[in-house]
Amino acid sequence: MEHTQGKLWEVFIQSKNNLPYKHAGSIHATDKEMAIQNARDLYTRRGEGRGIWVVPSDCIVASNPEDEESLFDPGVDKIYRHPTFYHMPDGAENI
Amino acid sequence: MTDKERLLQYCLRQGDTHIIFGYRLGEWCSKAHILEEDIALTNIALDHMGLGNAWLERAASVDSEKRSPDDLAYRRNEREYYNLLLAEQPNGNYANTIARQFLFDVYSVLYYSELLNSADDTLAGIAGKGLKEVRYHYKHSAQWVVRLGDGTVESHKKIQEAIDDMWRFTEELFEMDETDDIIAKSGVGVDVSGLKEAWKTQVSEVLEKATLSLPDHNLSRTGSKTGVHTEHLGHILAEMQYLPRAYPDAQW
Amino acid sequence: MNMNEEELLRNFEEKIDVDQKIEPRDWMPEAYRKHLIRQISQHAHSEVIGMQPEGNWINRAPSLRAKMVLLAKIQDEAGHGLYLYSAAETLGISREEMLDQLHTLKAKYSNIFNYPTLTWADIGAVGWLVDGAAIVNQVSLQRTSYGPYSRGMIRICKEESFHQRQGYEIMAQMAQGTPEQKEMAQDALNRFWWPSMMMFGPHDSNSPNTGNALRWRIKRESNDTLRQRFIDKTVQQANVIGLTIPDPDLKWNEERGHYDFGEINWEEFYAVINGNGPCNKERIDHHKKAHEEGRWVREAALAYAEKQKQETLV
Repeated sequence: MEHTQGKLWEVFIQSKNNLPYKHAGSIHATDKEMAIQNARDLYTRRGEGRGIWVVPSDCIVASNPEDEESLFDPGVDKIYRHPTFYHMPDGAENI
Repeated sequence: MTDKERLLQYCLRQGDTHIIFGYRLGEWCSKAHILEEDIALTNIALDHMGLGNAWLERAASVDSEKRSPDDLAYRRNEREYYNLLLAEQPNGNYANTIARQFLFDVYSVLYYSELLNSADDTLAGIAGKGLKEVRYHYKHSAQWVVRLGDGTVESHKKIQEAIDDMWRFTEELFEMDETDDIIAKSGVGVDVSGLKEAWKTQVSEVLEKATLSLPDHNLSRTGSKTGVHTEHLGHILAEMQYLPRAYPDAQW
Repeated sequence: MNMNEEELLRNFEEKIDVDQKIEPRDWMPEAYRKHLIRQISQHAHSEVIGMQPEGNWINRAPSLRAKMVLLAKIQDEAGHGLYLYSAAETLGISREEMLDQLHTLKAKYSNIFNYPTLTWADIGAVGWLVDGAAIVNQVSLQRTSYGPYSRGMIRICKEESFHQRQGYEIMAQMAQGTPEQKEMAQDALNRFWWPSMMMFGPHDSNSPNTGNALRWRIKRESNDTLRQRFIDKTVQQANVIGLTIPDPDLKWNEERGHYDFGEINWEEFYAVINGNGPCNKERIDHHKKAHEEGRWVREAALAYAEKQKQETLV
């Protein structure tokens, strides 16, 4: 079988200035310029974007689903990281 | 010729060129070498259709016969069409299409950059919208010229042949007749004869990057300003206009 | 942590039961993966082959507006093919493999695209009926259990919402047009009605893959349920524009709250699936030809990218 469809790239789109880039999907392309153009044509035809990142899919490092609990559960109960944890005296303003 | 007739003629030339480019690029639908490129080519086709439509709207607004843009597109015959000969050249293989588009895109960026200053607000507006689009078209086609030129032996040969072949229709891009002259002098249109040097420089730069050479022949064909075309246009119109011609009373 | 197969399966099914999505790197049963690859690639091929019957009329679209709309619509089909191909790729199959399966007839695509578009009204019928049927299916699939497929479907449904309206608009306009136009519209409905009904597949009692697909929530609703939904909403639309649905058995059933309808010609359905439809050969030949003719371009792009890489290294 031939392998000429090009590399797989992941596409991230910024929908508006100052918003974070969000994963939109993927496309095939053989080089960077082509990847940007293909991403533009596929994911921003309806004006969905103001910025694009493309990343070769094999450059993405992903967490392992099996590690989900050990990676993320320890972060759940550290409630002192949230402002609502703290008691403020009555009457204090702008804090 | 009255001023209105002249403006009509001028708008038809630009509008027809875009409509016919749109037709040719639309023909690629479901035939590109990879699905992503199918979308790219039809996207560019849509830009051309949009621009064509805008020009024909301006044309319709000064038409003494009160024809609509659709009337203008679908009810004029071969000798009343004024698109550049380059636009009607068949898609051929992908290299032929890319060469055709590239030679036009370089021109188009230069043309619309000038038209931004048009004394006619509508035309300046078309230029504002069009320039963004044709800059992208240029990027797309120029990059492909480089990829094909500097790709494989086969692709290099194909794109060089295609450039040589399409070159015959480029002299016409810079041709001016009396209508163009008057429209340009009035500040409404562009003196395209002045764009030739810049065009050639840019084309040469890209060709060099693509390891390709400028054609060394002097073959040239023109005629679109008086509606004298290559044989291809008739076939395009026959297909494109078939429904409105076959059912003249119908609305679509 | 080493879980045996049984535990993994239990975890997997528990997730499914609470409507959590399965993601590409999650453990999944082989049968689930296989079913998804088959269904998603078939869905992708349908979008892509579906470009042909509509593309058949691009050059002949009768107005500037009609042409732009049709181009944009077919472009969407190509885009949807891409969303779906990449959803399938997350399951470990390459696009090359999927195209190869299409070309060697190992992969199917929707039967409907093996019917020809003979008049401009057919473009109306395709949008109205074929996209209409597809949307019923796709809306339901937005809740499919596999994350990438579900997200693809959500995007597709959002974009497809104009497709059916585009088709119905053509039909409405022609149905109210000249006698010839009206005749064309009715003729298109006559030819596309039954094949559209067939798009939902065999009756539930004859659908071998439905069991697992429903249990694992790949499919969320059965073929017959979806078909009934399509009929119920389409009949009214036909009435509004004065066209007649070509089914003498079609009538409102007050008790069921649904339309009753005639039996589908299943012989035709299986004949088309097995390659004997009006355009099966044409569709595959067209796709293969474009693929073959594009080979040198793909090779050139690869060669160029390779050279660029070398240059960066030097």
